[in-house]
Amino acid sequence: MATTVNLNVNGRARKVSVADPQTPLLWVLRENFGLTGTKFGCGTALCGACTVHVNGEPVRSCNLEVSQAAGKRITTIEGLSRDGSHPVQRAWVAEQVPQCGYCQSGQIMSAVALLAKNKSPSDAEIEKAMLGHICACGTYNRVRKAIHAAAATMRKGA
Amino acid sequence: MRATVNQGRRHFLKVGAATGGGLVIGFHLPVVAGAAEQAAGPAKLNAYVKVGTDNRVTFVCGQVEMGQGVHNGLAMLVAEELEVDLRNVRIEQGGIDPAFGNPRYIGFKAVGGFQATGGSSSIRNFGTKVRHAGAAARFMLISAGAERMQVLRSECVAENGQVVHKPSGRKVSYGAVANDAARQVAPDQPALKQPSEFRIIGKATPRQDIPLKVTGRAVYGLDVKRPGMLTATVARCPVFGGKVRSFNAEQALKVPGVKKVVQISSGVAVVADSFWAAKKGREALQVTWDEGPMAKVSSPDMYRNWAELAKSSAAAERLKTGDVGAALAGAAKRVEAAYEMPFLAHACMEPMNATAHFKGDSCEIWAPTQAQSWNQHAVAQATGLPPKAITINTTYLGGGFGRRLESDYAVEAAETSRAAGNVPVKVVWTREDDIQHDFYRPASHNLLQAALGADGMPTAWRHRIVGTSILHYFKTFGHFLRKDGHDPTSTQGAGDYFPYDIPNVLVDYINNNPGVPSGFWRSVGNTQNGFILESFVDELAHAAGKDPYQYRRQLFNKPHAARLRGVLDLAAEKAGWGKPLPAGVHRGIAAHFAYGGYCAQVAEVSVARDGRVKVHRVVAAIDSGWVVNPGTVAAQIESGIYYGMNATLYGEITLRNGRVEQANFDSYKMARMDEMPKVEVHILEGKGDQGGAGEPGTPPIAPAVCNAIFAATGKRIRKLPVKPEMLRA
Repeated sequence: MATTVNLNVNGRARKVSVADPQTPLLWVLRENFGLTGTKFGCGTALCGACTVHVNGEPVRSCNLEVSQAAGKRITTIEGLSRDGSHPVQRAWVAEQVPQCGYCQSGQIMSAVALLAKNKSPSDAEIEKAMLGHICACGTYNRVRKAIHAAAATMRKGA
Repeated sequence: MRATVNQGRRHFLKVGAATGGGLVIGFHLPVVAGAAEQAAGPAKLNAYVKVGTDNRVTFVCGQVEMGQGVHNGLAMLVAEELEVDLRNVRIEQGGIDPAFGNPRYIGFKAVGGFQATGGSSSIRNFGTKVRHAGAAARFMLISAGAERMQVLRSECVAENGQVVHKPSGRKVSYGAVANDAARQVAPDQPALKQPSEFRIIGKATPRQDIPLKVTGRAVYGLDVKRPGMLTATVARCPVFGGKVRSFNAEQALKVPGVKKVVQISSGVAVVADSFWAAKKGREALQVTWDEGPMAKVSSPDMYRNWAELAKSSAAAERLKTGDVGAALAGAAKRVEAAYEMPFLAHACMEPMNATAHFKGDSCEIWAPTQAQSWNQHAVAQATGLPPKAITINTTYLGGGFGRRLESDYAVEAAETSRAAGNVPVKVVWTREDDIQHDFYRPASHNLLQAALGADGMPTAWRHRIVGTSILHYFKTFGHFLRKDGHDPTSTQGAGDYFPYDIPNVLVDYINNNPGVPSGFWRSVGNTQNGFILESFVDELAHAAGKDPYQYRRQLFNKPHAARLRGVLDLAAEKAGWGKPLPAGVHRGIAAHFAYGGYCAQVAEVSVARDGRVKVHRVVAAIDSGWVVNPGTVAAQIESGIYYGMNATLYGEITLRNGRVEQANFDSYKMARMDEMPKVEVHILEGKGDQGGAGEPGTPPIAPAVCNAIFAATGKRIRKLPVKPEMLRA
């Protein structure tokens, strides 16, 4: 009684057959599509490691049934750029943000979504956008700095 | 790689030719009982550094990367000595090899030398060895290059991956002479570069793993894929030490995708074709547990018991100088306090997991592990296979913090793969599994007494620790236990290094654990004892009516505490100790030595009327001696502060009827961006011995914050974590 779901992932139409339509999008991305850049951290939308974009909005994919994502535009960390050239990724490298790195895909996706709407976020706006994320290495200050740096680069149109 | 062609003596250097051409530098091990039999024979060369005929340099690193930057740090040392650009050095994670045995853990005969990453030990223990490998390769490449150009060796130098004949300017690339270099005589003692010649060491250097981690390409344990692999979750007894009495798999097997339900030593594994099916299957599984004696144990009982035990006289002495009893009895002023420390989980962002393929006469493991050797040994014990039949492949680690020094995840995966019919299986832990089946930072009750002289300085110090022990629980390390039951990890930071100049001191320890798994947690005993020592000293300073910074300065006046005083002074100066602060903000100071690093911190804190604590800024000073990558040292101190701050404000694992009451990040809370203080790290690069960086940043933050809370409120925190109800106005 498998259900077929049509998805648009990183600009590509994809079809998946799942035994349980309640399967979270996270596991379809990771196990069916091999997009393992999106991480499993808590399974209950508390840590943000699984953040992807659904129609441009940051969403916790561990808590979104795959059937709910049908027909929507999904972007994962792999879809940001092929080579790490997105200004947010470059800022993350420049500020040497990651340590263990496990939470960073999710943090980057939230940062990209924030900067798409707000070209010049304040510290408070950054904090609000990033509150859903936990980083056990405590890289928050570098995340904030990298978001400001990426915002500056993007304003210059780079 | 073929057999050794020649060898130098220093560090048992070995040189050979790579199978596909090129130069390989490796090492023999100093002979360790049990290790020799694990080596795959004399023909095998344990590579550290390879120089290919294609000019490619590969550094094989036995240490694991969990965010601490050690892959890059050690590769910097290779690149420095080999005279190549760090960007041209490819870092490869090494498998188990006696040559990678961490000297810090040598003596673990049972496991044939111990390949593990922990204890802030990688740069300290492997730095020189890796430099020698790089320097030996450089020496032989220069010799081969000079021969090729038919010039005097003494007129040649190594520069940027080439051998250059200085007088003529002629050059030959490393790759062109790599095969010839492999036939050169290895230098007995390859000359290391002088610090004045360093191009890379000592400069903040970007890490090679970071581009992989911002693109989702870094492969962690959970990202491992094997052909035909299945995924499992394990139902474990919610009570520590409990066992499966019986189980009924009927409903679980009805969940689409569930393939098998099998019993293993830690519980019942549900094996499926996806994580979701394995999880749903586990929810449908019915297990009856034999909960065992821990089902009657709750946290308040343990603390009550420990407070009683603290009054007993039977304790293992750790540090004894002078006559504490007499000094306390005759004191003009006495200060007494009890401190209580909770169990803590590790909460690595990547939940525990491992993938295994048991193949009958061998077993392959893929795991984010800090302890390849111990994983191998534990899987050998569990499967009955000889250790050499077990291969451990190490992935990137989504955090370690000591949790991944254990091997439970690897054993579970091996047993599940075998029970499921020798198929590759990935065992995935949910966050709840991870929080509720951890090896917890020990909890303890501590009795502190001090006598103050007429000048307000302490004349006696008494510290009794009662609580759970890591080594009593973790039997493999049992030979480190003293016959009287003393666990050095429990008194670590309380008695092994005692910084204060006090004439009469007694530190002793009573182990008591009803059965709570206890394990290594970033900076180990120092996390508790650093807090207790530096809080109690603060109490003494206030009892004496003295400035807490000056009081410590005076107590750190023995030579062995000189470096601690150095960082104390630097942190106080950079924080502007004694200078005005915004209204409502108060400072606290603390300093502690851990894993070779001396770290002092000044915390600026405010306490709201509702008791909420806000840490605004932390100024840290660290002296770990000679620094390889200052960027990494700063990052590690920042991270250590954050990890310790979580333990200060939130971290607490409690038991009710033998069950952990916390489950996920809502009940085991961690600070988020809005709670992260500004952090300034000042590196004091002294001439003292090289120390660690991963752990020293963690212990000082709790006492610095709580001393600031005292400055703000007059309330002394003697039990962590700090809760708003303790501080409500």
